[in-house]
Amino acid sequence: MAVINRLLLLALALASGFLQAAVLPDERIDVLYHGYDGGGAEINGPSILVRKNLGASVSVAANYYVDMVSSASIDVQATASPYSEERKENGISGQYLVDRSTISLGYTRSKENDYDASTYTFGIDQSFFGDLTTLGFGVSFGEDVVGQNTDPTYERNLERRKYSFNASQIVTKNLLASLSFDSVSDQCLDLTQDESCLNNPYRSVRYLSGTGGYLYQSELYPHTRNSDALGLRAIYYLPYRASVRAEVRQFSDSWGVDADNFELRYLHPYREQWLFEVKYRMYKQTGADFYSDLFPYRDAQNFLARDKELSPFSSTTIGLGVTYKVPAGFIPWFEKSTVNLNWDKFDIDYDDFRDARVSPTDYAAGEEPLYSLQADVIRFYLSFWF
Amino acid sequence: MILRCLLFIVLLFSIAACSPIKPWVKPYERQKIADEIMSFERNPIADSYLHHVYDAREAARGGDGASGGGCGCN
Repeated sequence: MAVINRLLLLALALASGFLQAAVLPDERIDVLYHGYDGGGAEINGPSILVRKNLGASVSVAANYYVDMVSSASIDVQATASPYSEERKENGISGQYLVDRSTISLGYTRSKENDYDASTYTFGIDQSFFGDLTTLGFGVSFGEDVVGQNTDPTYERNLERRKYSFNASQIVTKNLLASLSFDSVSDQCLDLTQDESCLNNPYRSVRYLSGTGGYLYQSELYPHTRNSDALGLRAIYYLPYRASVRAEVRQFSDSWGVDADNFELRYLHPYREQWLFEVKYRMYKQTGADFYSDLFPYRDAQNFLARDKELSPFSSTTIGLGVTYKVPAGFIPWFEKSTVNLNWDKFDIDYDDFRDARVSPTDYAAGEEPLYSLQADVIRFYLSFWF
Repeated sequence: MILRCLLFIVLLFSIAACSPIKPWVKPYERQKIADEIMSFERNPIADSYLHHVYDAREAARGGDGASGGGCGCN
């Protein structure tokens, strides 16, 4: 699911310029190294984005992204063996500028050994009132094939749709605001298959065995999922040259998950060459209706989940970032170049997900300590404008 | 709840659209808005990657598609 959400986001980002109506995006090259380390999982790899204008009305972009995963997460340790895998993603997009409108098209393909995903995006945006207001509408359509490494005959087909509405507004000469609404639906194509395409085919739930311990059985998810999310962002230019950005978002889905998050970011330039960033983010969600850390007996419900991402939890993220602008002329061919480093620290406390790796002789079933996860995320990247 | 919030906002926009609106921030007053520190998405692939991490760790998705400054002033 995370892969899918990333596809939608990336397609949106690639097709963006969204809120800069009547202006093509910058011509640039970005080379990123990303690293995630937390909860027993290490994920890293490169990403490259190239964006180029063709004439005065057309912009095209291509993106290449790799995830190299080495995982011994708590789920893996409890019921499976550590594994390594690689996911590659390619995306292309184009924008066509017509008067004060921009039409965007995009295609993204992601491939790994047990999951293939294709996403098509279309969007149009238009500026009004002397470019004070920009409205945008977007739709994306995705087709996925879900497999399983241990069973070559396992195949589930998933269809995804996303409808987006965006509005941005210059409120004053120091304040920008932006509103985004997304409605997303996931639908399995074959409803007769017991195991849903939205299941993680490797994950299990646990239930009381009746003898004081617990046993495992496969997760069982619904065949559809619909969600709505509304986000509001604002960015304010302070009396001196620095900015504060605030973001709130509310989310709700048909599985009973409600979530809210809030983020505050401060961006401070230092002399001509440096930009420093500090960020704080809070997130909180309720659990899915069919989530339980420990079911009372086998097949206790129609649907069963013990995915900690569907459990109730809260998290905080602290982020630091620095950008160094390379002096003009130092790197030939490019008008401007930057070197960037961002570090984000995630701290997640689960309210109803227990650490089942502890010894059953020390803890009774359902009495294990609650799990928490800390993760470090590094983004190191070079950007070149030409 | 989310849909009700959205409808309320759309209603406000609709009412505003019925009256003649003149740009109250003139193009020559937008130099601060055009500053790079006022961009919602300064670095597309770096921001996209962080959203990917959020999506991997959280059930919520969408509602975070903002990019650009919206001023058409570069």
